[in-house]
Amino acid sequence: MDTTVTTETQGKVWDGGNEPLKASYGKMMMWFFLVSDALTFSGFLAAYGFSRFKFIETWPIADEVFTHVPFFHGNYPMYYVAFMTFILIMSSVTMVLAVDAGHKMKKNSVIWYMFLTVIGGAIFVGSQAWEWATFIQGDYGALETKGGRILQFVDANTGKRVALDDFAKAGHGERVEHERKNGVWFFSEGTLPTYTVNEVVEGFKAHSNVLIRTETINEEGEKTVLSREDSLKKLGSATMVVEGANLIHNEYGSRLFADFFFFITGFHGFHVFSGVIINIIIFFNVIIGTYERRGHYEMVEKVGLYWHFVDLVWVFVFTFFYLV
Amino acid sequence: MAHEHKLEIFRGLLKFKSNTQKIWGVLAFLTLVTAVEVGLGIVKPEFLMSPFLSKFEGGWFATFLNIILAPFISMKALNLIFIVLTLVKAYYIAWDFMHLRDEKSGLRRVIVWTPVFLIAYLSFILLVEADYIYEVYKEGFVTWNF
Repeated sequence: MDTTVTTETQGKVWDGGNEPLKASYGKMMMWFFLVSDALTFSGFLAAYGFSRFKFIETWPIADEVFTHVPFFHGNYPMYYVAFMTFILIMSSVTMVLAVDAGHKMKKNSVIWYMFLTVIGGAIFVGSQAWEWATFIQGDYGALETKGGRILQFVDANTGKRVALDDFAKAGHGERVEHERKNGVWFFSEGTLPTYTVNEVVEGFKAHSNVLIRTETINEEGEKTVLSREDSLKKLGSATMVVEGANLIHNEYGSRLFADFFFFITGFHGFHVFSGVIINIIIFFNVIIGTYERRGHYEMVEKVGLYWHFVDLVWVFVFTFFYLV
Repeated sequence: MAHEHKLEIFRGLLKFKSNTQKIWGVLAFLTLVTAVEVGLGIVKPEFLMSPFLSKFEGGWFATFLNIILAPFISMKALNLIFIVLTLVKAYYIAWDFMHLRDEKSGLRRVIVWTPVFLIAYLSFILLVEADYIYEVYKEGFVTWNF
């Protein structure tokens, strides 16, 4: 932006007299912030890569984890994330159009494009919240062993996943959730899973067509399914029932996967959220004519840079969490 | 307010008449790339499920090639394609949406090369170290730790 006056005199080169990079102070600082933020994100992603390479043989397969689309039942890997990606790119486009309209001093177009950008951002954050909720709630349920490994269940004939609901024997030993009011005040526990380990084990013994699937990935790139004998043997090491995922337990496999998923998509989601808030502020500033009076719309350009950056990071998160 | 836009993408192969038109053109391209990625991710073609090259055997030169060509040797072809397509998308977002294409080359270099160097370095040391730890587990020295 050539809004700041550049003096041509040679004597003024030291006190900001010349602009070798031809960018205003604000814009340059926005870029430097984005560079440092990019390094923060890559630090997280590199740490994710570290943990993944470390447990490369047991890492969960993303296609089997994120399989849901709102309002639809069934197995649809990736479609919803693809939609989210598209929404974010689309809101990036409306942002560029807003910046472009700003250069031409078209106030009303800027207002419209900013509005659409905010809507796009809100849809994205909402989708991510839904994605989190689905992930936390879980799908089929699994057992966790003493060593912290996850045992999932598959149908021996079809090879498809079987939910705990389908075979566990309910009512085989009831246990009431311990609450603070019933005992020592500083002892309490989280929500109990639907079934106890014993119920799952009994149910497993009663259903001969159910097998255990371990975390280990075999030569064909699929999770290893144990034979019935090995499954029964393996069942002995189970210590708890896991439904869904949190920072400590994860029914989809390695708990680090859940930790990094929450941490990285959460950090990104926080960026999108702040981006939406900043966009709303700028949106109102445009409406009340702040930039019209200032004579230029550089502020829109600067928040635009931030908004595109959020999109840029998502492109990488999408690849490393959902595709690779 | 004079604000110059460079309106060519793909090294001048595609020229647009206005900045707005270029934006839609880039959107079409990014959507196409994402669609290809999702399509490949769902279909998972059999011939892309193994690395492009197999490991070279024998001699220091083979070892050298194994290191230089590591992405082609130890990574599934499909994953390598995903990463390349991601970088392509990142390029067009930064160059056209964040209009780095219109900035002075000095500013562009500061913004691009600093993180590229640091990220490449960090990824390299972390992934090599992680692979080493994986080997330690695999050899059975330690079976499971946290």
